[in-house]
Amino acid sequence: MKKATLILDDGTRFEGESFGYEGNVAGEVVFNTAMTGYPESLTDPSYAGQLMVLTYPLVGNYGVPSCEKGDDGIERFMESDRIYASGIIVSDYSEQYSHWNAKESLSDWLKREKVPGITGIDTRYLTQVLREHGVMMGRILVEGVNEQPEQKDYNAINYVDLVSTPEIKVYNEGAPKRVVLVDCGAKNNIIRCLTKRGVEVVRVPWNHDFNGMDFDGLFISNGPGNPEACEVAVENIRKFISNPEEKRPLMGICMGNQLLSKAAGAKIYKLKYGHRSHNQPVRMEGSNRCFITSQNHGFAVDASTLEEGWKPYFTNMNDGSNEGIRHESRPWFSAQFHPEASGGPVDTEFLFDDFINQL
Amino acid sequence: MLKDENIKKVLVLGSGALKIGEAGEFDYSGSQALKALREEGIETVLINPNIATVQTSEGVADHIYFLPVTPEFVEKVIARERPQGIMLAFGGQTALNCGVELFHRGVLEKYDVKVLGTPVQAIINTEDREIFVEKLDEIDVKTISSEACDNKEQALKAAEELGYPVILRAAYALGGLGSGFCDNPEELSALAEKAFSFSPQVLVEKSLKGWKEVEYEVVRDSFDNCITVCNMENFDPLGIHTGESIVVAPSQTLTNSEYHKLRELSIRIARHIGIVGECNVQFALSPDSEDYRVIEVNARLSRSSALASKATGYPLAFVAAKLGLGYGLFDLNNSVTKTTSAFFEPALDYCVCKIPRWDLGKFRGVSRELESSMKSVGEVMAIGRTFEEAIQKGLRMIGQGMHGFVENKELEIDDIDGALHAPTDKRIFVIEKAFDKGYTVEQIHALTKIDPWFLEKLRRIHDIDDELHKVPALEALPHYLFKKAKNAGFSDFQIARAIGMEKEMDIEKAMLRVRDRRKALGIIPCVKQIDTLAGEFPAATNYLYLTYGGHHSDIFYEHDHRSVIVLGSGAYRIGSSVEFDWCGVQALETIRKEGYRSVMINYNPETVSTDYDVCDRLYFDELTFERVLDIIDVETPHGVIVSTGGQIPNNLALKLDEQGVHILGTSAQSIDNAEDREKFSAMLNRIGVDQPEWSALTSMDDINAFVDKVGFPVLVRPSYVLSGAAMNVCYDREQLEQFLRLAANVSKRHPVVVSQFLEHAKEVEMDAVARNGEIIAYAISEHVEFAGVHSGDATIQFPPQKLYVETARRIKKISKKIAKQLNISGPFNIQFLARDNDIKVIECNLRASRSFPFVSKVLKINFIELATRIMLGLPVSKPDKSVFDLDYVGVKASQFSFNRLQKADPKLSVDMVSTGEVGCIGEDARSALLNAMLSVGQRVPEKNILLSTGNGKQKGDLLGAAKLLVKNGYKLFATEGTSRHLDENGIANTRVYWPDEEGHPQALDMLNNHEIDLVINIPRNNSDKQLTNGYRIRRTAIDRNIPLITNARLASAFIKAFCAMSPDELEIKSWQEY
Repeated sequence: MKKATLILDDGTRFEGESFGYEGNVAGEVVFNTAMTGYPESLTDPSYAGQLMVLTYPLVGNYGVPSCEKGDDGIERFMESDRIYASGIIVSDYSEQYSHWNAKESLSDWLKREKVPGITGIDTRYLTQVLREHGVMMGRILVEGVNEQPEQKDYNAINYVDLVSTPEIKVYNEGAPKRVVLVDCGAKNNIIRCLTKRGVEVVRVPWNHDFNGMDFDGLFISNGPGNPEACEVAVENIRKFISNPEEKRPLMGICMGNQLLSKAAGAKIYKLKYGHRSHNQPVRMEGSNRCFITSQNHGFAVDASTLEEGWKPYFTNMNDGSNEGIRHESRPWFSAQFHPEASGGPVDTEFLFDDFINQL
Repeated sequence: MLKDENIKKVLVLGSGALKIGEAGEFDYSGSQALKALREEGIETVLINPNIATVQTSEGVADHIYFLPVTPEFVEKVIARERPQGIMLAFGGQTALNCGVELFHRGVLEKYDVKVLGTPVQAIINTEDREIFVEKLDEIDVKTISSEACDNKEQALKAAEELGYPVILRAAYALGGLGSGFCDNPEELSALAEKAFSFSPQVLVEKSLKGWKEVEYEVVRDSFDNCITVCNMENFDPLGIHTGESIVVAPSQTLTNSEYHKLRELSIRIARHIGIVGECNVQFALSPDSEDYRVIEVNARLSRSSALASKATGYPLAFVAAKLGLGYGLFDLNNSVTKTTSAFFEPALDYCVCKIPRWDLGKFRGVSRELESSMKSVGEVMAIGRTFEEAIQKGLRMIGQGMHGFVENKELEIDDIDGALHAPTDKRIFVIEKAFDKGYTVEQIHALTKIDPWFLEKLRRIHDIDDELHKVPALEALPHYLFKKAKNAGFSDFQIARAIGMEKEMDIEKAMLRVRDRRKALGIIPCVKQIDTLAGEFPAATNYLYLTYGGHHSDIFYEHDHRSVIVLGSGAYRIGSSVEFDWCGVQALETIRKEGYRSVMINYNPETVSTDYDVCDRLYFDELTFERVLDIIDVETPHGVIVSTGGQIPNNLALKLDEQGVHILGTSAQSIDNAEDREKFSAMLNRIGVDQPEWSALTSMDDINAFVDKVGFPVLVRPSYVLSGAAMNVCYDREQLEQFLRLAANVSKRHPVVVSQFLEHAKEVEMDAVARNGEIIAYAISEHVEFAGVHSGDATIQFPPQKLYVETARRIKKISKKIAKQLNISGPFNIQFLARDNDIKVIECNLRASRSFPFVSKVLKINFIELATRIMLGLPVSKPDKSVFDLDYVGVKASQFSFNRLQKADPKLSVDMVSTGEVGCIGEDARSALLNAMLSVGQRVPEKNILLSTGNGKQKGDLLGAAKLLVKNGYKLFATEGTSRHLDENGIANTRVYWPDEEGHPQALDMLNNHEIDLVINIPRNNSDKQLTNGYRIRRTAIDRNIPLITNARLASAFIKAFCAMSPDELEIKSWQEY
């Protein structure tokens, strides 16, 4: 294996070995403490532009499943059609894998998709650096590769625009109820969670104005990057919620929570190092009900700035940050976490039921 | 939400003596529960006869009863203490079964005692297989199709329908007792018969051999909030009891989808059953699909939950106790970060490997195959940032002379295929051997069904070893390979051996060379924290391990020389278990109290000493010379305590001392002078103390000459013995020669010694603490059995009841001399033989002994606290003489686990075979003994007693007791010689026939028909016929769950005790009241 180096913007260097594509890359370095689910995370469009550090050291154990699509037109085992993370950083890549459903090794997949991977890194220490300093940009440089990676300003790029569907797509066509899914970088499992509940899903580009469309419910997906870049979507949502006659249900996830909150007047701020894990505890406001959730976000909603009529729905039990909002009288709500999971715990999938039951 | 304010006093049930399947983990969970209760200001009552535990120490519970955990005794304690609540989940299956019985008998209702935590009905729902399957059917969860059968015929029919192979389980049995796989009706018949003697119901199930086994630890509060704290995957596929399997955490070969599918099922189950607190769910997972079956649910803290707590840093028992009081998970904080919530699931950034420790070599006749019931006596947990590192650490930790996966003593295996297919306690080393012989991962997988991922990792260790073998010299070892080997868990020892340094120098020296070179190259381990959140939040945790999988340490070291390191006792095994955990914890507490930084190194997940709460810094890591030095390098301690952790630290003393480490207390040189038989004996001669004659083994001729002089029997053993390992009494030349061939392999560095063996001698123990050679406190105790029964198996009374005053006086005198000669500062123990005031020293250990907690608690003087203060150089005052004058008696009795060890001969000898012990206190020796015997599972017989009383002398010993039995209305049955002897002495009895004799009644028939309530079978050491016949009777008694006693002196004492008083008459009094 070739030597590879991770250099953070503050100059900290980590020496390791390349196990993915042999190319140099830059991105926002973020850590994820989940212990399983690297195929799901890598194909999650929300990781676009980021170098993903896995704190669980042993990675690659069960290989990678096939990228084939099922009858529903979406990848059977992946969260999208390709790897969206810009790179992956691990401590102990497992060269041999074993699983009945594996088609190739993680290394081969990364090479095929031209995504660099670096192993042999003290990812615990790297995580501590990111925790103390906050997320920062970094570069993976592979020995013998000369071209300099393109330097980007993560916060200034509209990643949603880069990952959203360019055209309208329909899933489970002809089902009795229709849900419009505003694709800010939607994970496949959101579509699966909707279609398996018997609705038609119309996936539209992030900036598509759905207000004129015929649908029974509105769904705002997760997505990468800075919500401030998605003003068009916020405007569309604002149009929807400011219609006093509007009674159709709305649900948002992650970026969807932030865009809905913005539409409801709230301010968004960037977390020091985000929540990326499968073990985030949230409490449903005003209740003793608590849930373990899967999360992947770097920005959060300042719930105190919500307009009248809106209130917090869930709150993070570790740091008190907002984890979702709901409207006081209309069937509109959103979650900062991922009720669709994949990867992560499935405890909050009932939110899909709540949404569907109100259609 | 606040707890129930009506609960002011709570009774916690312990698990009793350590036994296979129920060991130290319940001391840990019980201690945690008691801590949680105390924190709430609740008065606590504990019933546990295991006197060596931490939970039965001062300050842990308010009222401690050293009584059997049985419904009869628990009811009496309830009537006396009138607690408002009871906790059943912290004392293993023993406490759970007892609680269910109390519920059925209406005792809980009668005294208005509320079960805190999972309700009894929910427990019953998990324990009764039929209800359990029904319950899980209700929520569409798949179980292994099984049929509950009430007799053998039903079982055979069920198996026929399911199709062989099937697995048979006994309901309501701990740790898979009486369970096993059956390939045909014959095997099923045999097993079913045995199982029905333990349990009224057996379950016949379809076997899923080869599936993966995965467990989840689930926590649920009364608000229906649920988390899974940890999942674990067995290295060995289904078919081997999880207690017998290597286990990794978190799972390694499960995808996200599988992990969360099983997680969701676990939560669904915990909710439906109504767990409040903790439970564990075991799954079988198909290796070719996402198909699964639930194997079982344990509605209590378990061995796995103790492991999960240590693997994650999440204190399951503590949290479960709080939830039992009515708290919600959201009310509690993560006890590691202190700032985040207890409602979360730990994220690990390391890999954990649990490896069982077996002691099968100690049991004659036992089958070494691993099966669906448990035989291991302990376990270790290793932490690493690669699987290779964790498993190699773990294989060293089990302490059976292994150096990791590779570079061990050559294993002799004739049939590798067979050994891979039918695993034994050596299975992992057979895999190494197979790699050596060129087997591929595929071939080994086909034979073992172990997931190829694990095998590939082992293969990688093997390949690195091959690479090392090509290195001609240490100087030629390239940096990258050095680092790679260390990353993969190689010890300096393994590296030294792999590159062939042993050819040129002593291995100890080679190891140090490797160490120096390594440090010069900057290859040193770093210290990482276990913080439950993988670094996401800052944690002030003191729970640490060392790894080469990183370059940055989490800890900032003060280098203020205020650290005092206590070396722990490692894996529980026969001869070293919870008693040394108690000693270690007492030492830590004293160190902390005196303002030093208490530091523990230990790796046994069952212990309290590896609870990060009991010390200022916990290194959950190896107790090897290399790793201890690594820790000393970073910790720069004031000193190291080697005398409270049993033999492992003791053996390190000299080597550490040579490296300039400050050993606190008695000097390393003195320790060596006591450990090295030659030096010790020379010293005894010098100071005029008698000892049995002995000689070092150098040649067979010398030995023969020696034996000609002293005569048989002789005792043979290597120096540096642990619990009599490889120690034996030989009665003739043939036995001697055969045994020496085996023992010669044990240790090259220390000679094997042969000594004169005295029969019919009393054995007396001196446990004491000295300062600068002067004894400060001491306890003399006396064995009930004569010498020849290992002190760890013997029944011990303290204070001694039948010792001549002169004998005691001489023992004190000799002990004083020895303490002075060795200039002891700290704990020590001397064992004596006494016959007619003739005293001989047989052993001396300059460390705490097994009986330290027992004598400390009976005397109410904490010997370890005293010793630790002395080792820290703090002033101590001699306890007043009057405290040694007790008006009550303590009896320590041994717990055997022969019922777990199929085919093992359940008899006692100089080699220790007990797995645990109890200690009970009484107004007199009889009541203390009766109490202790009942606590280790003996029962007062109803009517019929079967006697085979050995040779003439032993027969004589029992005559009085036999008369007493007849007088008390018991009916005696006796085998030929015994029957004749009883007849001659006018004692009524019925002759029964040995298995190889014609005639009726047959002893075995009577046992099989449960017509006998107690078997007294005294083996004699001569003819094979006797041995075989006796073995069959003893074994049948064990297999039929009929109490068995094999020592004449103990049998006699027990009989006298229960004839004098019934268990009902035993006084119910807490420890504090004596």
